[in-house]
Amino acid sequence: MSNDLNVFIIKYGFLVLLVGLIIFFSIFASGFAGPRSAVFIFQSVAITGILALGVTCTLVVDGFDLSIGSVATSSLMMSAYFLVILEASALTAIIACLLMGAFVGLINGILIVRMKVPDLLATLGMMFLLIGLQRVPTEGRSIATGMRLPSGEVADGVFPESFLWIGRHRFDLFLEKLIPVPVVIFILVALFIWIFLELTRHGRLMYAIGSNERATALSGTNTNFYKVLAYVISGVTASIGGLLLAARLGRGDIASGNNLLLDSVAAALIGFAVLGAAKPNALGTAIGALFVGILLQGLTMMNAPYYTQDFVKGGVLVIALVFTFALTSRSRQGGH
Amino acid sequence: MNKIACEIYNLEKAFGPNKVLKGIDLKLYSGEITVLMGANGAGKSTLVKILCGVHQPDSGKISLFGSPFTPEKPADAFRTGVVTVHQSINDGVIPDLDVASNLMLDQLNQKEFGFFVKDSLLRKRARKIAQNMKLEINMKTQVSELGIADRQLIAIARAMTRDPKVLILDEPTSSLSAKEAERLFTTLDTLKSQGVAILYISHRMSDIRRIADRIVSMRDGTISGVFDKKPLNFEGAVTAMLGHKMTDVSIKIPKKGKKVIELENLVLSKGSRAINLSIFENQVVAITGLIGSGKSKLASILFGASNPLTGSIKLGNKNYNPLSTQEAIKNGVHMCSKDRASNGVIKTFNIEKNISLPFLSDYSVGSLLRFSRLKEVARKKIDELGIVCQSEDDDIDTLSGGNQQKVMVGRWLIKDSELLILDEPFQGVDIQARRDIGSFIRKTAKGRGTIVFVAELDEALEIADRVIVMNNKAILGDHLNNNINLNKVLSEITSEVKL
Repeated sequence: MSNDLNVFIIKYGFLVLLVGLIIFFSIFASGFAGPRSAVFIFQSVAITGILALGVTCTLVVDGFDLSIGSVATSSLMMSAYFLVILEASALTAIIACLLMGAFVGLINGILIVRMKVPDLLATLGMMFLLIGLQRVPTEGRSIATGMRLPSGEVADGVFPESFLWIGRHRFDLFLEKLIPVPVVIFILVALFIWIFLELTRHGRLMYAIGSNERATALSGTNTNFYKVLAYVISGVTASIGGLLLAARLGRGDIASGNNLLLDSVAAALIGFAVLGAAKPNALGTAIGALFVGILLQGLTMMNAPYYTQDFVKGGVLVIALVFTFALTSRSRQGGH
Repeated sequence: MNKIACEIYNLEKAFGPNKVLKGIDLKLYSGEITVLMGANGAGKSTLVKILCGVHQPDSGKISLFGSPFTPEKPADAFRTGVVTVHQSINDGVIPDLDVASNLMLDQLNQKEFGFFVKDSLLRKRARKIAQNMKLEINMKTQVSELGIADRQLIAIARAMTRDPKVLILDEPTSSLSAKEAERLFTTLDTLKSQGVAILYISHRMSDIRRIADRIVSMRDGTISGVFDKKPLNFEGAVTAMLGHKMTDVSIKIPKKGKKVIELENLVLSKGSRAINLSIFENQVVAITGLIGSGKSKLASILFGASNPLTGSIKLGNKNYNPLSTQEAIKNGVHMCSKDRASNGVIKTFNIEKNISLPFLSDYSVGSLLRFSRLKEVARKKIDELGIVCQSEDDDIDTLSGGNQQKVMVGRWLIKDSELLILDEPFQGVDIQARRDIGSFIRKTAKGRGTIVFVAELDEALEIADRVIVMNNKAILGDHLNNNINLNKVLSEITSEVKL
């Protein structure tokens, strides 16, 4: 393989694949091409995408956050608990959930930088802890208006309209009621994380830490601060994801969000392959999430059964990882 | 004279264009300890790696007791009796197993031990090995609970189970205290009396004085001196290792400005002599000394990475006691650390991102980076230092070692400093880059104090106008670099400092 071709494949191969998929589905899956279908794809990946952007930040500092899925479901249950059982306002519930996410991130960060627990183990422990903890207040049951509490009372609180708005409202854009709020939030979070990682000195220092932590510390950077910050960002984005899920479902469903962790980690890892970055990056993560969404939407429209979805996601992930690691390392070797 | 155990003729080895060994001739005798000395990059470790089968020579011959010796992999080497204990001790032991299992590790794959581990047999054999080595450690102790000295001795004892004819030890005392080292030396004495030929690689003068029967000095890929007449000529060996073919750089000693930093009664480690030292503006001061002389410790104290036992430092006329590198940098003390691969280079970054790393806040508005100014400063440093590259966008790992080092030095010069510290700035750097860096440091030295820590005397004389010798955590000599008395400097480097 000539070197130029190799460079082109590394850089644009994944995008070419993406465009190819879109064209393929537009021709063969009727109803795939069109604004409503496009918005549906965005909506289907918005929550996963937001979580994936958070985990991207931890990957940048050469860490990993396994607790994001459980932070999201905790946020889902916590907002329902606040609204339905404590009958708090929408704003209180949202702020409480965001603080919870930040706090979990802080604890993760402290476990990792202070207690020296390896990142995978610390966040695995946190994941377990949260999965258990979110079931304690309701004795393992889902939360909905009218449920009977352990004390025998009936919960009268409701999900207020203002809260449901963030999950269900659609803005008009050329077409009536086109863009759902979660999609707007996904795009805003992606933009924010992209600016943070690419355009600010904080982002650059975080990439430096991920590549050579010692050297970064010796250039006068408080590396522990930035590592903790990455986990706090990851915790907050995960809690945003959970809030959106709660607002969409309108109840605290204990069984929701099981797939969030794997899907979002996959999106972040697929993102390595976009534009030959070979490293975690916000743009890649967003495109990685969309890639999976497009593929699933197209296949569903072509009547692929739902149970093949995880298989397809796994296939995409493996191909993306081959793009990233095999091709990139081969071209690096060729360069010397 | 003892029997020749291993003989090396005209050994050559190159990595790409880089000739590392340029015709090595060396004999090792049974029952003798041969000390191999050489500065970083002299080719010692390549030689060791050829002897233990990791690398193959390009040309030349090795014979072992008269028959040719051509190990293709480490297993070949120790099967024929050439056993190496590497510098990194933890490569030689398995921390999570007990002492007995560690000692018997090589035997465990033999059939007589059967499928299930026979603990009693294992321990009996292990105890025998330990007795031969006069090793008094409980066989059931986990290695992870032991100190470094014990681990080192276990690694060596394990090496002994392979029944070596030739034992190679690569800087075995680098992490041992004097007392721990003495235990090792006693063991080596025992091995020597059993007729093992030992090749011992070290820089530590105290070790060498204690155990050497012969000294071989290496410099720049060749053997630069063999010393075997008693009493051994230690100074000659160090001179041969460091070399001082006077380089043709003329150093003009500048007028010293005001005092930049003053060390008052600084004690680096327990029981060592106090250090008193002042460095002035415009000066480029080289602090030289062998490994273990305290250079690295002093550098890390100045940069806020560790603390002195006692004593104080004044920067300008303020007390200076940095608790972190951030604080040091804030006070205008910049340090280009040694060993750029682990302490400097961000491998995934390009030149521009590497140069600006410590001072990003000077090149941003609030949190947002100003990309045009970052580009500008990177281009300026590329020009000034003559960094060979296509543009500031080049990935740093596409550059040669010398050019990478220029980026590392340039990093600390994009902002003016009170005190610039360069720790081994010429490590793994070619001659041209070394000249470029040296002249740039001298050219910009006005208005700041500069300290360069170097082990090689040549490099010190090439860059500095003042040369300070450290030995055993204390300062032994302070010379201006004109008509410098090299013999005096060398004797200060090698003499034994009584505490």
